[in-house]
Amino acid sequence: MNMIVCCKQVLDPEAAPSTFKLDAANNRMVQPPEVKPVVNPYDEQAVEAALRIKDTDKAAHKVSVISLGNNLIRDVVKKPLSMGADELILLEDPAFEGGDSFAVATALAAAIKKVGQFDLIFCGRQESEWDDGQVGSGIAEILGIPSVTVAKKVEVVGGKVKVERVVADGFQILEASMPALITVSNELGEARYATLKGIMAASKKQPIVWKPADIGLDKVGAAARKSKIVKLFQPVKESKCEMVSADSPAEAGAMLAQKLRENKVI
Amino acid sequence: MAENKGILVVGEVAEGKLLPITAELLGAGRRLADELKEQLNCILIGDKVGDVAKNAVAAGADKVYVTEDAQLKDYQTDTYMLVMDKAVNDIVPRIIIMGQTSIGRDLAPRLAFKLGVSTIMDCLELAIDPATKFMNCTRPVYGGNARATFTSEALPQIATVRQKAMSPIAADAARKGDVVAFQVAMDASRIRAKVLEVIKEEVAGVKLEDAQVVIAGGRGLAGPEPFQKDLADLAKALKGAVGASRPPCDNKWVPDSIQIGLTGKIIAPELYIAIGISGSSQHMSGCSGSKCIVAINKDPEANIFKEARFGVVGDWKAIFPAFAQKIKELLQ
Repeated sequence: MNMIVCCKQVLDPEAAPSTFKLDAANNRMVQPPEVKPVVNPYDEQAVEAALRIKDTDKAAHKVSVISLGNNLIRDVVKKPLSMGADELILLEDPAFEGGDSFAVATALAAAIKKVGQFDLIFCGRQESEWDDGQVGSGIAEILGIPSVTVAKKVEVVGGKVKVERVVADGFQILEASMPALITVSNELGEARYATLKGIMAASKKQPIVWKPADIGLDKVGAAARKSKIVKLFQPVKESKCEMVSADSPAEAGAMLAQKLRENKVI
Repeated sequence: MAENKGILVVGEVAEGKLLPITAELLGAGRRLADELKEQLNCILIGDKVGDVAKNAVAAGADKVYVTEDAQLKDYQTDTYMLVMDKAVNDIVPRIIIMGQTSIGRDLAPRLAFKLGVSTIMDCLELAIDPATKFMNCTRPVYGGNARATFTSEALPQIATVRQKAMSPIAADAARKGDVVAFQVAMDASRIRAKVLEVIKEEVAGVKLEDAQVVIAGGRGLAGPEPFQKDLADLAKALKGAVGASRPPCDNKWVPDSIQIGLTGKIIAPELYIAIGISGSSQHMSGCSGSKCIVAINKDPEANIFKEARFGVVGDWKAIFPAFAQKIKELLQ
């Protein structure tokens, strides 16, 4: 079986909120150079979902990873390889910058068509910069295949894909024909760590790099957007927390309860 | 082709009731429709949803389309897309709004890509630009570290709206509106997935989304027991519910269904008590609408204190018992 996972390099979402600075001229946020980008955490879990299927028969299943961007840091985008993926395709060009979900899904779908052979496509449920959560569904619609979003378990049973999909008060179990696209949520469980052997193997693999022309597109990135950013801004937060302190932690706890009563909160 | 006109709200019904998010969408939709001097329509999709159509009228809809079919009982992308495809074609709306729910976050992008238009997800504000009549949509980005306002120029414009971000209008049973059946053929050739089973993970006591008081724990609680004992005990006394940030869910200390945050539940209780929660942006996205946030955390620099009204710095194990005890005394 051929599986494709789409992974994005993002600013580190676990970094302190104060590290995010507005780059108003380019309508984006930036972090200082000491904060290294990472693979979008949900995308790592999408890799994990594909690798769990590969684990059932390593020789029979192939996992390809596609990442889109510009100036992609090799150590970052190669992480899925060191986790156990077989190949890495980079859609890398300055023209890919500034796209919205429409532009990104269009380019990824074109790249997937070029790969040609696929039974399952995996994406993270959303990426941590724009938190949009629509690229997966978009790729599926462009390719004309079924999609199941926000998965916590993915198995292949009897030629179909069986998915547990997280909903507000539990989960649904769905079955879809293949090829299909699945977006993966954190409920899947932690992604595996890269092993030393994996890192060594990944360091020897060269990514395949495709430009817009290689996937047959003239318009990509900012030129292919459907939505326009009117403005990007940081809301001002006023810190007005009243800190309660006392001689002992227990007294502070009791005083906090008293404060809630005085302010009619309880 | 007919001109795109009016607002179409995709309503949601569960257990025979119109969901609060739908009343919120109708409230927001009413304001947009009045500004545009156009009609507010609502579509209800399910196996048996017609009974609540009058409630959608009371909540602001001018016209309610009811699509009922046994195959629409549980949400599935392909069956709902059959309905929305026909709805866009027949109703020709200017704007479509859905909730940022299990349904909306799946359906909106799929529909937008089918139509070749843009959808803006998880919006906090929707406004009409009076000059162009296009809708501007404002939403949090970068895990809540920034906000962005988007627009698009292809119709219909589609947006999903975060739960509890909009106010419903006061329900008025005397409001007049039309209710019409909207039949859609379930074309089997376009249904490629099916729901085999629906598993409910009900949590005992007050539902997290409905609770006026929520006591939530984070990584700092270091295991499942404090959730089951300390937090549950105080929640019971305050007639509230227990929640959690993401780490306790990822560590399987608590069920995923009580996760509060961008990818979990979005809540806005009167009182939110956060114990051992650092207050990451992704968590705050789920609780920043709370009227009063109270935090106990050992790190004085924790982000939660930037959003809290009252806070205590220290080890929760030393602070919490006296806090809970005092609350119980005050409640007597």
